[in-house]
Amino acid sequence: MFNVIKKLTSFVAMVAVLFAFTTEAMAKKSKTLKNTQKKGFVRCGVSQGLPGFSNADASGNWTGVDVDVCRAVAAAVLGDANKVKFTPLSAKERFTALTSGEIDILSRNTTWTLSRDADIGLTFVGVNFYDGQGFMVRKNSGITSVNQFKNGISACTNIGTTTELNMRDFFNSRGISYEPVAFEKADEVVAAYDAGRCDTYTTDKSGLAAQRTKMKNPDEHIVLPETISKEPLGPVVRQGDAVWEDIVRWSLNTMIEAEEYGITSSNADSMKTSDNPAIKRLVGAEGELGAAFGLDNDWSLRIIKQVGNYGESYKRNIADPGILPDRGPNQLWTKGGILYVPPAR
Amino acid sequence: MNNKIKKILPQIITVLFVLGIFGFFTFNAQINMDNRGIDFGFGFLTQESSFDVQFSLIEYSGSHSYARAYLVGLLNTLLVSFISIIFCTILGVIFGVARLSPNYLIRNSAAWYVEFFRNIPLLLQIFFWYYAALRALPVPEKAGPWFGVTYMTIKGYYIPSFIWTNLDVFLYSILAVIISIIIISTYAKKLQENEGKQTPVFFISLGLIFILPTLTFFIGGVSLDFEIPVLKQLSKTSYVFDGGIGLPPELIALVLALSLYTSTFVAECVRAGIQGIGKGQKEAAASVGLTPNQILKLVVMPQALRIIIPPTTNQYLNLTKNSSLAAAIAYPDLVLVFAGTALMQTGKAIEIVSITMLTYLSISLAIAAIMNWYNKKIEIKEK
Repeated sequence: MFNVIKKLTSFVAMVAVLFAFTTEAMAKKSKTLKNTQKKGFVRCGVSQGLPGFSNADASGNWTGVDVDVCRAVAAAVLGDANKVKFTPLSAKERFTALTSGEIDILSRNTTWTLSRDADIGLTFVGVNFYDGQGFMVRKNSGITSVNQFKNGISACTNIGTTTELNMRDFFNSRGISYEPVAFEKADEVVAAYDAGRCDTYTTDKSGLAAQRTKMKNPDEHIVLPETISKEPLGPVVRQGDAVWEDIVRWSLNTMIEAEEYGITSSNADSMKTSDNPAIKRLVGAEGELGAAFGLDNDWSLRIIKQVGNYGESYKRNIADPGILPDRGPNQLWTKGGILYVPPAR
Repeated sequence: MNNKIKKILPQIITVLFVLGIFGFFTFNAQINMDNRGIDFGFGFLTQESSFDVQFSLIEYSGSHSYARAYLVGLLNTLLVSFISIIFCTILGVIFGVARLSPNYLIRNSAAWYVEFFRNIPLLLQIFFWYYAALRALPVPEKAGPWFGVTYMTIKGYYIPSFIWTNLDVFLYSILAVIISIIIISTYAKKLQENEGKQTPVFFISLGLIFILPTLTFFIGGVSLDFEIPVLKQLSKTSYVFDGGIGLPPELIALVLALSLYTSTFVAECVRAGIQGIGKGQKEAAASVGLTPNQILKLVVMPQALRIIIPPTTNQYLNLTKNSSLAAAIAYPDLVLVFAGTALMQTGKAIEIVSITMLTYLSISLAIAAIMNWYNKKIEIKEK
């Protein structure tokens, strides 16, 4: 009998402790920032390998514009852009990983849509790449435009993406019957298309350009000129932690704004003596911008010095490897693109 | 009184403990979901799904509901499981019996087959059949016909589809055949029990199966047309077959992998069952003058089945659950369509995963119930 009581009390105690943990965590507003600083690294969800966006080399170093967003956050909150733990996720797993708390930032070429933003406990913090869905076909097929698609065409793609929905809208509106072949992993899609299972491969155009470099003979494939959808890609955080949301948003904005003011990783320190107050604010020489997040004043300087501005990141990851040398809409608004971020002040 | 409490108390505590754990997790999930602004509910099932599925047994398009998409996935899972269960049983029985063959070559080939296929992880076998074996197939324009009118290509196996007129008459005739075979075999059994006369039931049934449905073509107004798949050009270099029925390569690869893998386990069950019957049984049967065929049919098999059925049921259950690996090669089964695409598009993880789990549980329980019923039927009736 005594034993039973003892077991019972220990169980009650266990439950009480667990409850205490959850309620305490709920009370604090920036739980994520606290946890990150305690752990010493930023937990970042990325793709399973998309050159230019998030891709790991043979020794496990991640690079890409999506990766750089997480590195920027790490530089801001931990002082070291390398203190990031990357979790490769499939399109299917990504949101669950974020909402269940396995990762704190999802930076994985994810399209910002109303239902994702509103429905499933996510908050999109901005856009780091303006993209649109396109089609890839074999060059020798003679197809040069989506207008040449015929009934019975088979299209390889990923499951769990907006691609699947856009594809349906596209083929339906044109009255073309098609066979969707949807795989879980991008590598499997590419392998299937490359082997001839499908006549066309459809996903975001940046993805097509990146995956093309992985194919047996990249020159045998072309991306058709048409864009069938808007795909603003950007980092995502969990709903319910406004401070963390702001940190991620402004880490990204800092990179873009730094490019606008010509601040680069190499000249950032010398910019402290600039005459322009906007530049001085960005490199932490004026104002108290970091305090609003509970960070020190050099947070943005560290981002620029360690990760670089958006232009540097784009050049390093996307333009130089020859994925998409032309920045297109991902050019600053001052140079004919649509990259425009609110002022940091 | 004291004794009674001692007996019941631990049980009550266990129940409370289990309920407590469930309550704790439900409560926690509720709070976490509230915090992140996620609603719980099954209302999404009636919403328009707006995604298409490659292969479906029922009419489906993106304008149907998520509930319909669920049904599409479920039917695809049942289809692949059903076909694979039939193939794995046939192969399993053949190889199980072959392992006991007195012929050295047959016995050892069967042993190699079993050891080879059961010792390679199933997922690898699926990938092998899909990427290596099926990818070695020709593109549509280079595929030569098999059996005249079917085409095996990298885009699928194309077979003619049947176009029936008065199909119902034909189906009724088959129903009539089944009923008459049942009546004849019951009568034949009675005749044998009462008068010792043997009736060639097998040949009578065979005759019926051929004659009656054939007759409907002549007097029932039944006719059958084939729609043969035709090659169609999509672009300068790509072709596709149009018309007929196209079985996707994903389905073929999955059936191959599942039935080959599971058949090895069934083969071992069959071998164990036959070996479990004492030598004395066969000798006793032979001594009363039964032929070898009769010994197998009347003495060995009825007893062996009792040993074979329960472990084979487990293999069927495993096969059904293993069919969820389909997601790896784009076969639109329940996991890919519902727990994959639908989950992603709605974000209703808890709801969809619990529905999927319950579905697999129900399929497994249903298979187990059927097999248990069959097992009850053939087990020794103690008098």
